[in-house]
Amino acid sequence: MSKGRVDKETGVETTGHSWDGIEELNNPLPRWWLWTLYACIVWAIGYTIAYPAWPMVSGATSGLLGFSTRAQVAEQITEHEAKNAQLVTDLLNADLAAISPSDDLHRYAVARGGSVFAAQCSQCHGSGAAGAKGYPNLLDDDWLWGGDVDAIAYTINHGIRNETDPDARYSEMPAFGEFLSGEEIDAVVEYVVSLSSGDVDSTLAQEGRTVFADNCASCHGDEGLGDRELGAPNIADALWLYGGDRETLHETVYNARFGVMPAWGQRLSDEDVRAVALYVHGLGGGE
Amino acid sequence: MVDNEKITPAEQDPKVATLSDFPEKIPNELPHQTGFLNRHAILEKSPMLLLTASLVVVSIGGIVEIAPLFWLENTIEKVEGMRPYSPLELTGRDIYVREGCYVCHSQMIRPMRDEVERYGHYSLAAESMYDHPFQWGSKRTGPDLARVGGRYSDAWHVDHMSDPQSVVPESIMPKYAFLSETRIDGKYVADLLSTHRFVGVPYSDAQIEAAYADFHVQANPDGDYDGLLERYPGAVVSNFDSQPELTEMDALISYLQVLGTMVDFSTFTPDASR
Repeated sequence: MSKGRVDKETGVETTGHSWDGIEELNNPLPRWWLWTLYACIVWAIGYTIAYPAWPMVSGATSGLLGFSTRAQVAEQITEHEAKNAQLVTDLLNADLAAISPSDDLHRYAVARGGSVFAAQCSQCHGSGAAGAKGYPNLLDDDWLWGGDVDAIAYTINHGIRNETDPDARYSEMPAFGEFLSGEEIDAVVEYVVSLSSGDVDSTLAQEGRTVFADNCASCHGDEGLGDRELGAPNIADALWLYGGDRETLHETVYNARFGVMPAWGQRLSDEDVRAVALYVHGLGGGE
Repeated sequence: MVDNEKITPAEQDPKVATLSDFPEKIPNELPHQTGFLNRHAILEKSPMLLLTASLVVVSIGGIVEIAPLFWLENTIEKVEGMRPYSPLELTGRDIYVREGCYVCHSQMIRPMRDEVERYGHYSLAAESMYDHPFQWGSKRTGPDLARVGGRYSDAWHVDHMSDPQSVVPESIMPKYAFLSETRIDGKYVADLLSTHRFVGVPYSDAQIEAAYADFHVQANPDGDYDGLLERYPGAVVSNFDSQPELTEMDALISYLQVLGTMVDFSTFTPDASR
């Protein structure tokens, strides 16, 4: 830079730039600022040497420290697993039904199961496990496939009516719209309503009783108490998965229902499945 | 005023400039420049030159950061199982983009313990190599969807898309019930595949030829879908929305159900040193 003259008003040297007679004063940056800038540049060069940075012919430089995010995440997970290794081993070897709720192992499993439930199960069964239409409530003791902890673990592991696990729980209610007439369906719906409610047309319900015995009793039982072996729900209580009003029941009988649950054993580790089973079992309805 | 002694007349005041203080001729040019660095005056005096030079400087940054990705062999690692999207999945992907799902949902599981524990294995570059454009996203109002495939039943997706609060009461997701009512016919799906081939997705001639048939058969479990599965291994064949008609809901769910399922992490371990 060519040195300019000293501005007489301010006593500061000018840069020599002059535009239409207006000259630029050469006030330098503060020293501390400049040195910070230089220090940052030096640090940045050091950083690119220590960590992966510069692109080369076939890959980037790996850095003197050999850092990688993937190795770091693997290390963190291993470290975390090591801390719980004993509990996990105990959980895998324990007889689920025999773990006492006052046991440390039980508390660990329920805490672990709770967070797995929140991440994986709550989307269908609700964050409080109260379910939604078509997605069972896990807080009550009305179980479709069994409510002891091993049955729950099996259901979680293999799922229901999915196509990915050959051991999935499976049953299929026929769509009775194809076999029964409209009157017969109306009658059987009235009969089903009569099992849990008094407010019914008893003549129609009597007609429905015969239809029920011929078509439904083989799975749902003569009294409509259901059969867990077949996943056939108890329809004599007032707890409904899809709804117990006549319109919904008509839809259920006409089209049948086919609720699917994924096989979580294919996604979760064994200890996670066992932990969620204990968590769900402990929600209130466990047998 | 004149009587006030404290006021100096302007022409005698050294602090006031008058015309007579200026040089007779004001030079309308820079001082004489010598050194190479001082040549910037040339740039500063020509807007076009300044613009061009600025672009060159800025693009150096871009070239250094972006260009190596095109030749570095480890940018996209080789993994087994990745295949281009089937015609129905690709249509679903278009609907995903159209509805702006990426605004609230990312598709990028970062290599961090909390994300891996919640969503599954961290995402690999290869898993979005057939995405044009990729759907990594940058904001999670909703959860990450990179591995949502197979996590929920088709019926759940229908319920959830039609009325999210019916299954997740605390959700703030808008309703997309209209997707079940908007029919699609796949008339131009072969063109869609060709367009993706044009930008680098390796669709074969056979895939483009069969696109229309594959589009329809994927939502029809009663159809003959062997050819589809041969062309797109692992594709989920299902009547996704449980309606006889083929709708946008079918397409979107077929896309969601394949997300993150192509690479089998039980047999593939990514190189940790990347």
